Amino acid sequence: MANGNTFTISILVENYAGVLSQITRLFSRRGYNIQSIAADTIERPDETRITIIADGDLEAAQQILFQLRKQISVISAKLLNPADAIQRSMVIVKVDGDTKEKRDEIIQISNIFRANIIDISLDCLTVSVTGAPDKIEAFIRLMTPFGILELVRSGIVTIERGKLTIHSED
Amino acid sequence: MKLTGAQIVMECLLEQDVEVVFGYPGGTILNLYDALYDYRDKITHILTAHEQGASHAADGYARATGKVGVCFSTSGPGATNLVTGVATAYMDSSPVVFITCNVASNLIGRDSFQEIDITGVTMPVTKSNYQVRDVTKLADVIREAFAVASSGRPGPVLIDIMKDVTALTADYEFIPKANHAKDSHMARLLQRKTNIIAYPEPDREAIRTVAAWLRASERPMFLVGGGVVSSGAAPSMRRIVELVNAPAAATILGQGVFRYDDPMFTGPIGMHGTKLSNLAFVEADLIIAVGTRFTDRVALNPGKFRDRKKIVHIDIDASEINKNVRVDLGIVGDAGRALEMLIEALGSDFEKKSNWVAPLLPETRKSAYRHESNLLKPDEILRALHERTGDNAIIVTDVGQHQMWTALHFKFSRPRQFITSAGFGTMGFGLGAAMGAKVGCPDVPVIEITGDGCFRMNLNELSTVEYYDIPVITIIFNNGTLGMVRQWQTLLYKSRYSETTLDRGPDFVKTAEAFGVAGYRASDLEGFRAALDAALKSGKAAVIDCIIDMDEKVVPMVPGGKHLNDFLID
Repeated sequence: MANGNTFTISILVENYAGVLSQITRLFSRRGYNIQSIAADTIERPDETRITIIADGDLEAAQQILFQLRKQISVISAKLLNPADAIQRSMVIVKVDGDTKEKRDEIIQISNIFRANIIDISLDCLTVSVTGAPDKIEAFIRLMTPFGILELVRSGIVTIERGKLTIHSED
Repeated sequence: MKLTGAQIVMECLLEQDVEVVFGYPGGTILNLYDALYDYRDKITHILTAHEQGASHAADGYARATGKVGVCFSTSGPGATNLVTGVATAYMDSSPVVFITCNVASNLIGRDSFQEIDITGVTMPVTKSNYQVRDVTKLADVIREAFAVASSGRPGPVLIDIMKDVTALTADYEFIPKANHAKDSHMARLLQRKTNIIAYPEPDREAIRTVAAWLRASERPMFLVGGGVVSSGAAPSMRRIVELVNAPAAATILGQGVFRYDDPMFTGPIGMHGTKLSNLAFVEADLIIAVGTRFTDRVALNPGKFRDRKKIVHIDIDASEINKNVRVDLGIVGDAGRALEMLIEALGSDFEKKSNWVAPLLPETRKSAYRHESNLLKPDEILRALHERTGDNAIIVTDVGQHQMWTALHFKFSRPRQFITSAGFGTMGFGLGAAMGAKVGCPDVPVIEITGDGCFRMNLNELSTVEYYDIPVITIIFNNGTLGMVRQWQTLLYKSRYSETTLDRGPDFVKTAEAFGVAGYRASDLEGFRAALDAALKSGKAAVIDCIIDMDEKVVPMVPGGKHLNDFLID
C-alpha cells in the first residue's frame, strides 16, 4: 500500500492490443506519476500481470484502484503492502573496467551481491543482479565510482507472501 | 446463418430494439450503410448536417428516453467530429453507443486516407471502447457495448470496426436481449465486471448507520444528482424527502427529480444555486448526497464543504466516493435500491424533522444586479414558456447564462425533462440534443433554449430538423455577447470585454427561413407569446429570436474556490 509517498499496485488484465496503454493513460490523465512498471503474461497466456509503483498517498492509491477496477480489461487490481509482499527487480549494469584492479574489485562486489557476470572484455564488465529494490539500489551505488556505461532495469514485480493472491479479498 | 459484418451490426441493433440511428456516411462505413439500406424499414436513420450534431442527437435521445442512443460515423474526420459529443455524454453519464468504421486492416497504421486511431483518441472519454479486427467477435462486442453503456453507471461506448471486417462473413445467431446474460461471452463478463455492469447491493450495515444518523440529526439535507434520474429513483427520492421532511437541493442534472412546487425542494445548488440551497447546505449538520459527484461547480471549495457536518455519499460508481470530497460514509449501489433500504431502515416510527430550512428563506427583494432595460427578461420568457407548455415540454439547453437561467427559473416537474450539457459544458449541444429528444419523444413538445453564441456554433442542424420535420422550437436568448463570459469579465476582469461581443451576423430569423424553418423575432413579452403560440400551433420547427440585454446577469453567483454562502452577487 502507500509507503511514504509511493504506493504499489498489482493489476491483472486481459491481454489484448492496447491494454497497457489503457492502463498507463489512466494513471497519467488522473495526474499520477508512474515510477516503475513491469508487465508480462502469466501462466494463462491471455492474461497479463502489471505491477506499478506510483507517487501518491493512501488516498490517491485508493482512488486509482477504484478507477482501475472500472476498466473492462481489468480482471483484478490490488494495493500491496510492501511489508506483506515480496518485491523483486533486476538490473543489468555495464561498468567501465579498463584496469585489472578495477575488474577484480567489480567481480568481488558482484560476488557479494550474488550478481552474474554476463559479459566481460578487457575494458568493461556487464553484470546483472536480481533482488529487492534496496539491494539493487545498493549495487548501483557501489558500481557508480567505476563508471557506469549503461544501465537497464526490469521494473519491480511483487507478489504477496503466504497463500494470498491477487484474487483474494483485500 | 452466415452474415457479413455489416449485416451482423444491423441484426445486433435489432436485438437491442434500436429503432433510430443518427449518423453520417463515408468511405470506410459504406458497407454498414449498404446493409442499412436493406433494414431501412426497421431502423430509421437520421442523416445530420455534421457528425457532431449526430453525436449530440444520439445523446439527447438517450437522455430523453432512457434508452441507449446510437450514432454512426465514418473514419478519420468523421470519427474525430464525434469526440466532443462522446465527451459530453461521458461527463453526464449518458448511454450512447458510437459505431465508427476504420480503414481496412491492411491499411491500419500507415497513415492511410481518413485513418485515425479513434479508440486511442476516445479512450479517456468512453466507459469502454473496442476495435473490432475479427468478424467472429463482432456480435459479442456489440452486445457487450450495449450492456456496458446502459448498465451500472451509464456512459458512452465506442466500437471501431475495420472496413474489411464489415465485409467478411461469420456465423450469426439472433439472441434476444433478454437472453444475453445467458450467452457465454456476456455471462463471463457479467461475472467478472459486476462492479460496472451490474448493481451491487448497498451495504445493509451502512444503511442502518445512515438511518441512525438521520434520527439523530437536527438539520439533515439531501443533495440529489443525475444518478437519481438514471436510476429511475425519483419516486423513492421524493418519498424519503417527505418522510424525513428535510430540504433537498439538486445539481443541474438532478433537476426534475422534485416538482418545482415541492415544499422541501430548494432548487439548484452550487455556483449558480439558489440562495436557499446554498445557505441550507452550509447550515445542515448531515448531508445525504445521492447520485452526484461533488464537481467543482457544486463543491466550490472542497475544504470548507465538509465544515461542521457529516456527509453520506450514495453512488453506483465506487470511484466517486472520496474522489472530490472526503465523506464520512460511502455507500456503493443503485440509488433507488439504497433509498428504499433507507426508508425501510427508518421504520414507521420515524419522527419527521421540523422544517429547519424555512427560517433561512431569504426575503424576496430585487437584486442590485437586476439589470434595468425595456428588453425581454430571461425569467419572463421562461415563465411565459411554462405558462404555455405546462409540465409537458422537454427543455433542452446549450451552455452559458441561458442554461443557468433555465435551471433557476423554469418550473421542472419530472425527471428527463431538462436536457443539458452539465459536466462538459458543451456549447453547440442544444439543437442536436433537442432533435434527438424529439425523435425519441415525438408526442411531447421539445423546446431548445440557447444563446446567440451557442446557436451559431451548430445551427447547421436546422436543415436536419426541417428535412425530417422534427418540430423543435428554438428560443434564442440573444444578447449579442457571450453572456456568461461577459458576466465574469464584468465582475472579475474589470469590464475588459476581450473577444466576447458578438456584434455580427447572422440574422437568425433570415437564417431560419433560409433553412426552410419559420423564424420569429421577439422584443417584448407579447411578441414572444405570439411567436411561441404560432410555433406551437404550426407543429413545425421554429426559431424565436428573443432580444435581451447584454448586461443581464445570472444571479446569484458564487465564484469558484469560495464557500457556498460566499455570494459574489445575489
